[in-house]
Amino acid sequence: MIDSLSPGLILILGALLVPFLPGKSRYVYMLALPALAAVQLFSLEPGVAGQTEIFGYTLSLVRVDKLSVVFGTIFLIAAFYNVIYGMHERATTQEVAALVYSGAATSAVFVGDLISLFVFWELTAISSVFLIWARGTERAYRAGMRYLIIQVGSGVILLAGVILHAEQTGSIAFDQLGLSGLATWLIFIAFGIKAAFPFLHNWLQDAYPEATVTGTVVLSAFTTKLAVYTLARGFPGTEILVYIGAVMTAFPVFFAVIENDLRRVLAFSLNNQVGFMVAGIGVGTPLAMNGAVAHAFVHIIYKSLLFMSMGAVLHRVGTIKASELGGLVRSMPLTTVFCMVGAASISAFPLFSGFIAKSLTLSATAQQGYVIWWLVLVFSSAGVLEHSGIKIPYFAFFAHDRGYRVKEAPPNMLIAMGIAAFLCIALGIYPEPLYAMLPYEVEYEPYTTSHVLSQLQLLLFAMLAFAILIRTGLYPAERPSTNLNTDWIYRKALPALVGWAMRVGGAVRTGVLARGERRLARLHMQVYRHYGPRGIMARTWPTGSTVLWIALTLGVMLFLYYV
Amino acid sequence: MTSANTGQHHGGPGPGSGHWLYRRRTVKGIFWGLILVCAALGLADLFYHRHTVFDFEGFPVAYGIFGFVCFTGIVLSGWWLRRLVERDEDYYDR
Repeated sequence: MIDSLSPGLILILGALLVPFLPGKSRYVYMLALPALAAVQLFSLEPGVAGQTEIFGYTLSLVRVDKLSVVFGTIFLIAAFYNVIYGMHERATTQEVAALVYSGAATSAVFVGDLISLFVFWELTAISSVFLIWARGTERAYRAGMRYLIIQVGSGVILLAGVILHAEQTGSIAFDQLGLSGLATWLIFIAFGIKAAFPFLHNWLQDAYPEATVTGTVVLSAFTTKLAVYTLARGFPGTEILVYIGAVMTAFPVFFAVIENDLRRVLAFSLNNQVGFMVAGIGVGTPLAMNGAVAHAFVHIIYKSLLFMSMGAVLHRVGTIKASELGGLVRSMPLTTVFCMVGAASISAFPLFSGFIAKSLTLSATAQQGYVIWWLVLVFSSAGVLEHSGIKIPYFAFFAHDRGYRVKEAPPNMLIAMGIAAFLCIALGIYPEPLYAMLPYEVEYEPYTTSHVLSQLQLLLFAMLAFAILIRTGLYPAERPSTNLNTDWIYRKALPALVGWAMRVGGAVRTGVLARGERRLARLHMQVYRHYGPRGIMARTWPTGSTVLWIALTLGVMLFLYYV
Repeated sequence: MTSANTGQHHGGPGPGSGHWLYRRRTVKGIFWGLILVCAALGLADLFYHRHTVFDFEGFPVAYGIFGFVCFTGIVLSGWWLRRLVERDEDYYDR
């Protein structure tokens, strides 16, 4: 195929035809697009193609190496099963938006320069917001606006960094950048916003759970993992990422415990998982980089699977609040099984995909002597088990039976979940094909007695803790609530501050105006007194007195003349 | 959410009625089964040499104790965190 055609462009351009296709042919076509893009991806030779000169800078649309291929591959796999998952909705806007978004993210991992990256960076933001707005509620509209402002904002910061970088170095090539000045810091922060670094994170938990059933599944795959790719490309071995990543893994687990919306619990979990990848990139050794990339690959699949299962629950039951759910294993047994496969994978149980990826990062972090940060990562592994491994399946499908007797998820949803679940188990049992795709040649054996037994001990003792906490009533009961997070700053504090400033400003303005008005009124009164209808200047002088005055004036003039 | 989506119907068995997963025996069996597996995993530490990077990893049942303590700590911290950040469900909509 054409060397200079980015696989992502096949999805973007192909999406434009979707609204014109009727019935089933539309879905056949939509499934053919990621398949065709995959054929294009694997036909590309390593190297750079599709270069154009603009204003003395070289734009490169296709840069093929192991890092771009592995991310491109998983993005196309996700795009494929997402089409299947969303078939029942028959929502044209959402279908076009999902394809453009998937294509933009895929294109972004293949570009070789920062300007092209910026273009696709912003396209992911603009296309993905429609997946939130498609929910059609006022709440979703507002969440979408907040999401869009933050995402586009990250693009603007990226552009500022790129312009400065180009001016300083004369290059816009997107290779290893490192933190070496304002320009690279700006680029780093832009990547950090999309990766949901601590304090820059809450757009994720705010917006993702407000999207449509399919929208949340699609969103979970691309934005943050594109950011992981850019960090892996631009900032490998940047030590601050170890600390940022470790904090990212730890703090969401506390919020996930008390969160009632199960899709929001998964959004916290997503944040926590990306933390492992960020930490791996920060460690930066070949083993750690492979760990981060492998983790991104398997994470996209099991996180999609978990969001899909919760989407199926929302679709069938009409709520996703833990306080209103329970007992769905009786009506949705297949969805339950798929959800548990996702839960086992994210918790890194041996024989599931999370295990063969996360252990690379943990081993690399330990080998480099980051003892405290390694402990934080292991602590967070117990946290993952809590919120994604246990809380999600337990409160939706087991726990207290609320008496819902609903249909099993629609067939298309089950097929999509089945594909994802199959990949979770297949990669867990047979990780070699994934390991072969990773950027570095590293010999690693995940299934050693030490690894397997240590991990099983960690997870099963944690499960025992859960059982004891539930039996003793010490596990906090699920209840409807809103939990404050950093979005409180821009949703409550800043509007309150602006309101206060407006009130104070208004009072000052009123005071100043009142004073001015009083002076003006006084002036007006004086003018009025003299020139008004009763003012001295407006009097109607009687003709006789006027003649008298004129005679008097003339007399004075005559007298003066003779004198 | 339309009824076509939710596919809910009434008249089925009531909450918790008789499903094997909800029987007292099953729940008890799972609990004691878990204790047995944990005991076996703890004992297994005595029969193989764990490859470690840090010395404390070699301590018997180190991973089990760490997992149990971390999990308990995370869950119990939820009570404290709730007091700090929990608000009404419509907090942002008012």
